[in-house]
Amino acid sequence: MASYTFEDFTPGRRFEFEKRTMTADAIIAFAREFDPQPMHLDEAAGRASILGGLAASGWHTSAVMMRMLYEAYINGSTSEGSPGVDLMEWKRPVLAGDTLGGHCAVLEARVSRSRPEIGIVRLRAEVTNQRDEVVAVCEYINMMRLAATGAGHAHD
Amino acid sequence: MRMTELYALNETVDIGSLTFTAEDIVHFARDFDPQPFHLDAELARDTLFGGLCASGWHTSAGWMKCFLAFWAGECRRLAEKGITPPNLGPSPGFTRLGWLRPVFAGDTITYSVSLLGSRALASYPDRVMNTILCAGRNQNDEPVIRFESTVLEFI
Repeated sequence: MASYTFEDFTPGRRFEFEKRTMTADAIIAFAREFDPQPMHLDEAAGRASILGGLAASGWHTSAVMMRMLYEAYINGSTSEGSPGVDLMEWKRPVLAGDTLGGHCAVLEARVSRSRPEIGIVRLRAEVTNQRDEVVAVCEYINMMRLAATGAGHAHD
Repeated sequence: MRMTELYALNETVDIGSLTFTAEDIVHFARDFDPQPFHLDAELARDTLFGGLCASGWHTSAGWMKCFLAFWAGECRRLAEKGITPPNLGPSPGFTRLGWLRPVFAGDTITYSVSLLGSRALASYPDRVMNTILCAGRNQNDEPVIRFESTVLEFI
């Protein structure tokens, strides 16, 4: 397990996602709790919808992306969470049996002016399916603690 | 009827509340976002959050949960009046999501929605794309989440 700190997030750096298969059971379980619409609960209803099959809630795809981000770089890092997301696009349906992967890449990184021990990293995540089609895109902020207070790695 | 015929632009409607128990927070985090501040009150104390708090994705999904319950009620209310409810489809995504404050264990979030606009889709004359502002505030009336979402409507 790598232990990334703010200094590791240089623009252009990529982190690859582990592959993850979306099972029908997981899609239905998430939908029951948060998004109980027919196309997320039932194969036949999904096929009849414009999504074309039992499809994951977009919120489920986003949550799975979060888990892939965690495995790719957050686990063991100095992450202090996120103040928000600039954009999230659900570009294609994620259907039961699809295997998701992809990567995220650093767009920009700077040290916080008000909290010099914290860095603000902006990243873009692209989630792909087994045909290498992009199913979701997310541009978001991750706050990362610097390696050590006063370490002098400030970018601005 | 269309969304724009039923709801005034920029009018905020509360859609329901959700209490985030420590159990719910940890359960969601184990599956999707197992960072220390979403899993363990002790570990969370040493982070910027200062206490066990929900994954932002959990807070976001809570909006969807409340919206669907609200929408089912709206559809019933409209049908009783003899009005055909708007036929909403999937969302292609959202922009400008802010997790404005942590949602701590025990917090109750009241979610809301307002219609910001609606536009025709040149390539699909039978569909329009609505833009909505989605938000949530805690029991102290402090905003905790906001985002602008798009929702397809079949006309």
